[in-house]
Amino acid sequence: MDIENIGFETINLGHGSGGELTRNLLDKIIFSTFSNPYLDKKHDGSIVSFNGKIAISTDSFVITPIFFKGGNIGELAVHGTVNDVAMCGAIPKYLSLAFIIEEGLKVEEFIKIVHSIKKVADESGVLIITGDTKVVERGKGDKIFINTTGFGEVHPKARISVHNIKEGDKILVNGFIAQHGMAIMSEREGLEFESTIESDSTNLNFLVNDLLDEFGEKIRLLRDPTRGGLGTVLNEIANDISKGVFIKEKTIPVEKQVAAACEMLGLDPMYVANEGVFLVIIDPSVEKEVLKLMRNHAKGKNSALIGEITNEHPNKVVMESLIGGKRIVSPLVGEQLPRIC
Amino acid sequence: MKYLSEYRNLEATKKILDEIHKITTREWDIMEICGGQTHSLVKNGILELLPEKVRMIHGPGCPVCVTPLNLIDKAIELLEKGVVVCSFGDMIRVPGSKKSLLEAKALGGDLRILYSPIEAVSIAKQNPNKEVVFFAVGFETTAPANALSVLHAEKEGISNYSILASHVLVPPAMEAILDDDLCTIDAFLGAGHVCAIMGLQEYYPLVNKYKIPIVVTGFEPLDLVQGIYMAVKQLEEGRYLLENQYARVVKEQGNKSAIDVIHKIFEIGEREWRGIGKIPKSGYAIKESYKKYNAELKFNISNIKVPENINCMAGEILRGIKKPKECSQFGKACKPSNPLGAPMVSSEGACAAYYHFSNN
Repeated sequence: MDIENIGFETINLGHGSGGELTRNLLDKIIFSTFSNPYLDKKHDGSIVSFNGKIAISTDSFVITPIFFKGGNIGELAVHGTVNDVAMCGAIPKYLSLAFIIEEGLKVEEFIKIVHSIKKVADESGVLIITGDTKVVERGKGDKIFINTTGFGEVHPKARISVHNIKEGDKILVNGFIAQHGMAIMSEREGLEFESTIESDSTNLNFLVNDLLDEFGEKIRLLRDPTRGGLGTVLNEIANDISKGVFIKEKTIPVEKQVAAACEMLGLDPMYVANEGVFLVIIDPSVEKEVLKLMRNHAKGKNSALIGEITNEHPNKVVMESLIGGKRIVSPLVGEQLPRIC
Repeated sequence: MKYLSEYRNLEATKKILDEIHKITTREWDIMEICGGQTHSLVKNGILELLPEKVRMIHGPGCPVCVTPLNLIDKAIELLEKGVVVCSFGDMIRVPGSKKSLLEAKALGGDLRILYSPIEAVSIAKQNPNKEVVFFAVGFETTAPANALSVLHAEKEGISNYSILASHVLVPPAMEAILDDDLCTIDAFLGAGHVCAIMGLQEYYPLVNKYKIPIVVTGFEPLDLVQGIYMAVKQLEEGRYLLENQYARVVKEQGNKSAIDVIHKIFEIGEREWRGIGKIPKSGYAIKESYKKYNAELKFNISNIKVPENINCMAGEILRGIKKPKECSQFGKACKPSNPLGAPMVSSEGACAAYYHFSNN
């Protein structure tokens, strides 16, 4: 889109007034980009049909910086919600999209974000069917906040529930952990360090769909460890099922550069955020087949078996360290804080 | 990355652990001085791999833990006065007498988390209308960078920068621990990174006066088991020497340029240690000639005095007299989400390390 044709360079309070400026913003940027039969009606909302059960998930995105290596806030807003719907064992179909913009945001940046949203929504096979745009005074926001709500059809073979998890079930992840959090960390004000670490932000719905097609109820649970990281999600699972989780440090995939950056900053990759990682808990009888399917999929090349469910140490996650010692992996309290020395 | 994989090698670590089991005949209490060592011992599950007779006692070397409560209140007062306060990360959640720095930030304080005090000087340069203070805590390890920030500010003529300093020194703390009647410590693992700065000279008098082995040790699993092996071997053989396990980093004379920078800005004086009290000649104070960079004087906040939480036994933990789990508040009233004292906050604090990682 040619910015000169938009007629304004920055977004101001008037663009959220509901009047002509708002219409201008919507017509020239939003509707033209996301055009589809639902949105083109320009009604207050959209009416859609579903077959069977519906999975709904919502998420708000307030990340800073809004552009980072490997993505931007717009991509994250689609991937995050698409993945949350997929983790319910559903096939994501539609998204709502709401912006809260701080006045002064450059139109150029806004367009870049909108185009990213369009691109990754197409890749994920979802349509934007309703939305909202508000503008707040300078200082009342942080450039741009985005909320998306996703709607998906539950896969007919899906039986996703923590209550189906049994002792001996295996735990797998689809690839390197801690990429997203460290990519963001490397660009935060005051912490910049040279690296080529990119966010892993991506859609996981097609890999999840393949797993459910192939293995159905043998897939017990799907979870994407975003904020709080793998360590926190494993703790939530252990608590939900009153069983133990046992994992081995040496099997957890951490890319070398990420491991080095974590080491340097005094952070534990187990608690660093991910945006393209999910863990899957499965019936042990299909362990090899699941791993094979995942590794053959573009979104799961570095998949690994990291541990299993046990009746020992209920409610606790225990990790065998590289040198054969054992320790508890506790849930994260607040933000992970870098150490002094 | 080399040091990550080589020093976390299962076979090499196991070989030394086997040796420790072989040579241990008596009960030994060994104190690791540094909080980074405590963190690594617990995180890697090393404690349970040692012979029962070798007990590790966790030392006072956690900078966050020994920073006096009143200093946190002083930093909070600066925030409330509109000063930009810059701090290392794990300081911000430590409870002051009323609130933590993090809570003061939520109420509108301009708090920045940094990895280097030099960045705080840049913030001061970019914001000439604001006062910027770096919360300069730590042992000898962080002192050179904090001193350097003052030299940078001086060189660039930046007058809106100062430091709230509370630097403590390792050798006087070791001496205070050894002088305590309740002390059971048979040997020390010296703090590797402190010695990387200061060298080994200060430790010979301690070894000789108290006839106690000190093994300067690193932080990776292999470093730690080797340091423990060297200490046990000395004890079993009835020797007491200063040994350097961490020779790849620690040199006899330390880092001369870092020491020079420290001495330019700081002088040795009495310091208060949280949970331990005042120890003579145990810390660095800003020299008279650099007093305009001393935030306590600049903002007249040196009179804040507050008592410790009476339910917290951090002092006994820091002196190695009690283990975290011997505290009645541990894991109950005192958790990382609601810490009564500093050792439950920092990931290097003995209580937090036990709470997060320990299975027993």
